[in-house]
Amino acid sequence: MANLKVHITFPEEKIKEPIIYEVGKKYQIVTNVRRADVNEKTGWVDLELTGDVSVIEEAVQWMKQRGVKVDPIERNIIE
Amino acid sequence: MNKMKGLVCKECKKAYPAEAIHVCEFCFGPLEVAYNYDAIRSVISKEKIQQGPKSLWRYKDLLPIEGEPTAGLNAGFTPMIHAKNLGRILGLDRLYLKNDTVNCLTLSFKDRVVAVALTRAKELGFDTVACASTGNLANSVSAHAAESGLRCFVFIPSDLEAGKILGNLVYKPNVVAVEGNYDDVNRLCSEVAGEYPWAFVNINIRPYYSEGSKTLAYETMEYLDWQAPDHVVVPIASGSLLTKIYKGFHEFESLGLVGPVVTKIHGAQAEGCSPVAEAFKEKRDFIKPVKPKTIAKSLAIGNPADGFYAVKVARESGGLIESVSDEAVVQGMMLLAQKEGIFAETAGGVTIAVLKKLAEQGVFKRDESVVAYITGNGLKTQEAIAPSVGAPWLIQPSLMSFQEALKKSDALKEEGDR
Repeated sequence: MANLKVHITFPEEKIKEPIIYEVGKKYQIVTNVRRADVNEKTGWVDLELTGDVSVIEEAVQWMKQRGVKVDPIERNIIE
Repeated sequence: MNKMKGLVCKECKKAYPAEAIHVCEFCFGPLEVAYNYDAIRSVISKEKIQQGPKSLWRYKDLLPIEGEPTAGLNAGFTPMIHAKNLGRILGLDRLYLKNDTVNCLTLSFKDRVVAVALTRAKELGFDTVACASTGNLANSVSAHAAESGLRCFVFIPSDLEAGKILGNLVYKPNVVAVEGNYDDVNRLCSEVAGEYPWAFVNINIRPYYSEGSKTLAYETMEYLDWQAPDHVVVPIASGSLLTKIYKGFHEFESLGLVGPVVTKIHGAQAEGCSPVAEAFKEKRDFIKPVKPKTIAKSLAIGNPADGFYAVKVARESGGLIESVSDEAVVQGMMLLAQKEGIFAETAGGVTIAVLKKLAEQGVFKRDESVVAYITGNGLKTQEAIAPSVGAPWLIQPSLMSFQEALKKSDALKEEGDR
C-alpha cells in the first residue's frame, strides 16, 4: 500500500462537485481530508490518498482531468 | 545549551523532534524550528555577535544547528549600502540596499539557506543532498556539496537554458534533466524526496534551510546600529524569504538586541506571476495558483508554499504587496545598475521597480529608513536585459574615428538632456 499527500485547489466552477467522494468511489483508494478551506468562490483541500501506487496515479490523473489542480503537499518545490 | 527544542507545526502546533521531516502528520501543515529562546537569551549579546566571524555564522546562536558550522563558512555578511543616488531619485534620504549579488559561493541569497541546510544535513548524518531548481538554488547546492564532498543530485526541467545547466555541471553534481511540464517535474521531485534517504534541501530539510534567510534581517539591524528599519521591500517567490525576514526582526526584538520593531514588510512580485500580490489585493486568505509568464524566472512560483504566510506578515506589519510589469522589471535593473553600480538579476529588478512604485505612491516618508533586498546577480540572467542595454561604439583604429564617435555621442547626450 502506498500513501500520497496532495494539495488540491478547486476553481470556482468546480466547488460544488463532489470530486473527493467520486474519486474514492471510482478507484480503490482511501481519501482522508486533513485540512481544508472551501468557500463559494474557491477552495483547497490537503488530502491523503492510500492505495496501490498505480491506482493512486490513475486517481490523480482523473482528478486533474476533472479540472482541479493537484499538487504535492509541498506545492511548488522547484525554486 | 540546547537552543533547538525541535520542530513544531505552524498550523496545529504539534511538536516533533528535530529530524529531517517537514510536514505535520496530523494536519499536513508545514513544520518549522522551535527554539529555546531563554537559553539563547542567556548566551547571545551584541558584543558576542560583533566578535563573531564575518559571515552569517556570527548569528549561529539563532540558527538551527547543534554543533559548529561545516558548510558555507563564508556565506552572508554581504555589503549593505546607503543608496544615495537612487534615494535622491525616489525622494528617500535613508534608502539602503542589501547586496546579496555578491554572496559567497554563488552570488545569490540562496547561499545563506544552503549553508544552513548543508550543515544541518551533515549533522543529521546524510551523505547525499538534492534539490529541484531552475537556477540559483541548484547553483548553490551544487557548489556547497562540492565543497563539502557530498554526493549531489540536482533535478531540472529538460528545457532549461544551456547556460543555466552549465552553471551547475561545472561543480559535477548529478544533474537530472526531467522531460515533462513543470507540474510533472515538481511532482516527481516530491516523490523522489519521499523515496530516497537524501537531504532534499527545500523539502525534508526545509524547516532548517529556510531559517538561513533570517540572517538578512539580522545583518540589516546590525548595520543600522542595532535598529530595525521603518520599511523593507522583499521579493516574493515561495514567500519564505519575506516571512523569515519578519521573524528575524522580531527575534532580535524579543531578545532585547533592538528596541521595538515597527518595520513594515512590503512584498514584490512580477505581474506575470503574482499569486501572492493578487491574494493580498483581493484580501483573500488563500492563494490561487497561476501559470507563470515573466522574465523574472527566479520568482516564478505559481503555487507558492508560503504565499499565505507572506500575505499574513504583510498585513500584520502594515506593509503592502505590489506587482510590476516585465518592462518595469528591466527598467528597475537598469536603474539599479546605472545609479548604484549593482547588476542584479531580474528579481532585483522586481524589487527596485516595486520600491519605486511604493515611493511614487507616497508609502515612505523622506526621512524613514527603507531597505531593499537585492537577492541575485545579473550575470545569471543576462538574456533578460540584452535587448535594452544598447551596443558599444564601433570605430576604426584611428584617433580621428574615436573623436568622431565621441562628438556624435556628446551630441546625442545633449539632445537627450534637452
